[in-house]
Amino acid sequence: MSTRQMELEVMRYDPEQDKAPYFQKYSVPCEDDWAILDAINYVKENIDTTLAYRWSCHMMVCGSCGMMVNGEPSLTCKTFIRDLPDRVRIEPLENFPIERDLVVVLDDVMEKLRMAKPFIIRKDDPPPEDREYTQSRANLYKFKQYTMCINCMCCYAACPQYALDKSFIGPAVLALAHRYNIDSRDQGKSERLNILADHDGVWECSFVGACSEVCPKSVDPAAAVQQMKIDGAKEWWKQKLGGGKS
Amino acid sequence: MAIAKKAFVWGLFAAGGTLTAFVFPVLIALFLLVALGKVPEGLQFENIHAFATSWVGKTGLFIVISLSLWHAAHRLRVVFHDFGVRMDNLVANAVYLVALIGTVMTAFYLYKI
Repeated sequence: MSTRQMELEVMRYDPEQDKAPYFQKYSVPCEDDWAILDAINYVKENIDTTLAYRWSCHMMVCGSCGMMVNGEPSLTCKTFIRDLPDRVRIEPLENFPIERDLVVVLDDVMEKLRMAKPFIIRKDDPPPEDREYTQSRANLYKFKQYTMCINCMCCYAACPQYALDKSFIGPAVLALAHRYNIDSRDQGKSERLNILADHDGVWECSFVGACSEVCPKSVDPAAAVQQMKIDGAKEWWKQKLGGGKS
Repeated sequence: MAIAKKAFVWGLFAAGGTLTAFVFPVLIALFLLVALGKVPEGLQFENIHAFATSWVGKTGLFIVISLSLWHAAHRLRVVFHDFGVRMDNLVANAVYLVALIGTVMTAFYLYKI
């Protein structure tokens, strides 16, 4: 198998030592079938063991290797060097504080994830012991794509609204909430909307759609957010006309 | 926490957007026809005036004009936000006030026809 010499410009930053992030260049002999993550692993194993980054599965499941590759939020295990020029710039995901090198701090999104209540809410909780909550195939198809999210946070790095205003709840969390809102087994829609259709929720999205474009799992968070806006508007009228929270 | 008032204005924005997406291409086509000198019978002044005199016509015109105004107002608010203007309350009050005045004026003038 042939190899190609590639130049990686990797952003380095140790908040305890460095005043500002800087770029370090590594020349890496890449195999044709490598993903950019393989090239980063090569650097770590053979050139510079101090490089910090996250990865785990190398098969588009864990969602930990999201980084900016030539300015584009990408899952590095899914971004192949055959599709890239000889010089590649790798940076930590945009819009997040840097913990070190390519590792970002995800606390903000993790906190927001809690707000979305991403689990089935039932009024008859605990569930009856003698039966299951059934799920129709048609209903499953409605929300299945939203279950594919692996929380890689590429959508947050692409989102211009999150870049402007960190209080915006953001694409992945809203898409996940929508997944439960449209699940026929769930009864927590209005509970979630009271949180997610509040001031910093769905309304902050101006439907640029960058989140859906960069999603490595082909989830469409932009559509979820727009559908949630419709639900939020309906719920607003319901609460106003119904004289309180439903 | 509760659903924000933005739900109400977004509802008007969405309704206006859906409506104008259908109405504007038709308006453009009609204006092109008029510009080419081919004025359809229905667009003659007498016919348009008769249309605007009927209650069905008045209602239709009111819905189209007012929802377009609310759509434009909300879009403008978002554009300000996207350009980094951080005075959302001021911007929102200003654009929605214009839409409100426009809505009232539309109702007033349609009523007077």
